[in-house]
Amino acid sequence: MKLEQQVRASRVAGFSAAVQFILQVFHYIVPYHWVASRLARWGVKGQRLVVALPYLWLLLFFFIPFLIVLKISFSLTQLSMPPYQPLVQWTGEQLNQLRLNINPGNFQYLWQDSLYLDAFLNSIKVAGIATLITLLIGYPMAYAIARSSVQWRGVLMMMVILPFWTSFLLRVYAWIGILKNNGLLNNFLLWLGVIDEPMVMLQTNFAVYLGIVYSYLPFMIMPLYATLEKMDLTLLEAAKDLGCRPLRAFLTITVPLSMPGIVAGCMLVFIPAVGEFVIPSLLGPSDSLMIGKVLWTEFFNNRDWPVASAVAIALLLVLVVPMVCFQRAQARTAEAGEA
Amino acid sequence: MKSRTAWFRLSSLVLGFAFLYIPILSLVVYSFNKSKLVTVWGGFSTQGYGKLFENTQILDAAGLSLRIAAINATGATILGTFAGIALARFGQFRGRTLLSGMTTAPLVMPDVITGLSLLLMFVAMEQALGWPAGRGMTTITIAHITLTLSYVTVIVQSRLASMDIALEEAAMDLGARPVKVFLLVTLPIIAPALASGWLLAFTISLDDMVIASFVSGPGSSTLPMVIYSKVRLGVSPDINALATIMVGLVTVGVLLTGYLMFRRDRLRQRDRQLSESLG
Repeated sequence: MKLEQQVRASRVAGFSAAVQFILQVFHYIVPYHWVASRLARWGVKGQRLVVALPYLWLLLFFFIPFLIVLKISFSLTQLSMPPYQPLVQWTGEQLNQLRLNINPGNFQYLWQDSLYLDAFLNSIKVAGIATLITLLIGYPMAYAIARSSVQWRGVLMMMVILPFWTSFLLRVYAWIGILKNNGLLNNFLLWLGVIDEPMVMLQTNFAVYLGIVYSYLPFMIMPLYATLEKMDLTLLEAAKDLGCRPLRAFLTITVPLSMPGIVAGCMLVFIPAVGEFVIPSLLGPSDSLMIGKVLWTEFFNNRDWPVASAVAIALLLVLVVPMVCFQRAQARTAEAGEA
Repeated sequence: MKSRTAWFRLSSLVLGFAFLYIPILSLVVYSFNKSKLVTVWGGFSTQGYGKLFENTQILDAAGLSLRIAAINATGATILGTFAGIALARFGQFRGRTLLSGMTTAPLVMPDVITGLSLLLMFVAMEQALGWPAGRGMTTITIAHITLTLSYVTVIVQSRLASMDIALEEAAMDLGARPVKVFLLVTLPIIAPALASGWLLAFTISLDDMVIASFVSGPGSSTLPMVIYSKVRLGVSPDINALATIMVGLVTVGVLLTGYLMFRRDRLRQRDRQLSESLG
């Protein structure tokens, strides 16, 4: 045992010596001080560079793309590549011959054609109900894991996370095999004698709910477990000593204390579920109205980029409120971690 | 009363885990099915695996996906670590709110929006700058880095927040420069977080169908895109075989990390006991 420790200590020392050596070599090769003083003169510090790299990347590939979507959502469709008209066009030599092609028609179109409004409302309904079911299944599981012994907690949480590491697409695919007319579930029910002929379960709304609940359950359990595990259990003992019944203690102490986890978990399920494409297209009925599917069809099948952009902007507006809620809950749990 | 709540907890765990694992197990079991109907048992066979390894389309796509996932995970880990350090250590700098917003938003953004916006960005860039010429592996990799760097940021940020900052301060007091402090003190401590961030970025990239479909071009179909187009036509034994291989790899990986973590904890406990008995 002594030897093992010595080996590990020497390994750590070896690693640190290697890093020291590399730094030393760099010190001779790279004119650190010269570069640092030059950069400092221009007002650039190492710290700034650390911020700047991810900042620029996200500005370029996350923020600006949204401005472009916004721009294109106001453009006219045109048969060319790319299939939209520029917003600003010079029609002649002078500046006053500038033409603005701003076209709010895409949004009017969304409002007038009931297809889009129905798709939005249906997506919100489906995502909302599925989130509620996920919470009802996820809360007891997270609670049970958080209250089990310390050795079991790690194992059980690993079992929650493991499905999340396997392919989402293949897990949705698994349900096709289960829900099919001659699939696992129908065969099982027929064998039990509960039903006489196969039930139609695939390509129904039931399958969409099931798919969303199944795929997003780990996302609900993780934040719930994080808040429930940190909870001060002496509060429950105090309540019990003062004569509070377990159910009432649960409702007045445990639930309010786990609120950040509930909000974070619900948002982690609800927001992606509203725009979900894979689950309704694989498990749902072919005419199911989900907004993610509508956007996909507008873009890939109708090649109407401006309308697809308008759908994206409208979807984003719908999701802004829940996203801000999520951000707040996230910040609160981060602060709790630091405290 | 006590036993009733214990019973409730146990049954919710059993039912919950059955719900999570039965679909995955059914994939594995039916990958060894002889019958072409996939879900009707017709005896044991491994012909699904044979068909899988003859399917060059799937194998090519798997190769492309693995390359993209590896490059993506490395890039996302570097950028995400920088962002995590900035958010956890630099206090209130100008633009912090925007940076933290831009790193949490992709976590919940619907894939269709991210995919569409990135595609429009690439088209606009190609028109204005001539780069990226066409779409394919490069654009998919850029899109995946943008998506996954937020996951790495969140992991690194929370690890840095829970780490003992006194260690860094002590090194600083002893005269080490920030780069040296980072490499010798911070990096070894947050290394497990970086490893799990890398793996998470790798898996997410390997799993994404929607964003890749938007930003890929002709001739560059990733594995999830090929799986999706096959799965839409119904169940097939070679997809079950593929799923079994993936589930097997993930299970081995998770069990291995679990075992390593368990061993590390036990060693640490033994060290603590030893030092207590000596001191």
